[in-house]
Amino acid sequence: MSARAQRLLELADDELILGWRDSEWTGIAPTLEEDVAFSSIAQNEIGHARALYELAAAELGTNADALAFDRAPDEYRCAAFVELRLMDWAHTIARRYLYEEADRVRLDALKASDDAELAGLAAKIDREETYHRLHAEMWAGRLRDESRFRDAVDELWPYALGMLEPVQRPELGRRVGLELVDANERGSHTPELAELWNEMTEVRRSAPGATW
Amino acid sequence: MIFEVFRQEKKGQPFTHAGSVVAPDAAFADAWAREQYGRRGESEALWLVPRGAVHQVTEWADEFDLKYRRVDGYSIKERLRIARERAGTTPT
Repeated sequence: MSARAQRLLELADDELILGWRDSEWTGIAPTLEEDVAFSSIAQNEIGHARALYELAAAELGTNADALAFDRAPDEYRCAAFVELRLMDWAHTIARRYLYEEADRVRLDALKASDDAELAGLAAKIDREETYHRLHAEMWAGRLRDESRFRDAVDELWPYALGMLEPVQRPELGRRVGLELVDANERGSHTPELAELWNEMTEVRRSAPGATW
Repeated sequence: MIFEVFRQEKKGQPFTHAGSVVAPDAAFADAWAREQYGRRGESEALWLVPRGAVHQVTEWADEFDLKYRRVDGYSIKERLRIARERAGTTPT
């Protein structure tokens, strides 16, 4: 697999798995309004994943659904950060916030890439992420003085750093005002991913080869 | 806070009341309204108005039966017929 396809799968897997995790709040978010907004954002992330999988699929001679659902859990390239099953809102918002800030650093780099197709897609994704950032920053601003939120940010920080290439990390640290620490690097998966994968692919595995 | 949300479907069209959002402040209201009333591409623009800023008028006095001013109480059909006869024109 080319370095480009690997990179695309990293990005797509991050978006898919985070979109999946965030969609677990549908119906149980703290308020009705936030429930609708959070679910919508989760759907957007999965939409970004689809677009990224399609780019990878064109190169690999497959399709987006096969990439999203037909790989074994250990073939996914997402960061452990997006796999974590976070059971409270403070951690969930802390992850959204750190993810959006890290994603911005990543998208800025992709927009400047020589790969016109990828740069174009990154710009398109970024136009939607603008509103995700607005949402995340609004929440972070509101919860900034809550110790539960601050603890959650500190706890997730090494994971957030692992989303990015080492060279991109100082920029993220500047954005969120945190000192760099040892990152929880991409490459090994949490036990939670296998659990998520089982649920996520269950229907598709139940009818191999079916079209939907 | 409750914000009333008005939605414009296309440029140039009037804003119509779409519903409301309950939010702690205007920034949250904007973000939530965006997702609730705009995520399907159904809106060109939204107006958000704190409910307290809305003036409501509900009292109507009509003591002297000025029904010619009302939209439902005054038929001009007969008068039109007479006017047309006088003018020598008939409806097509």
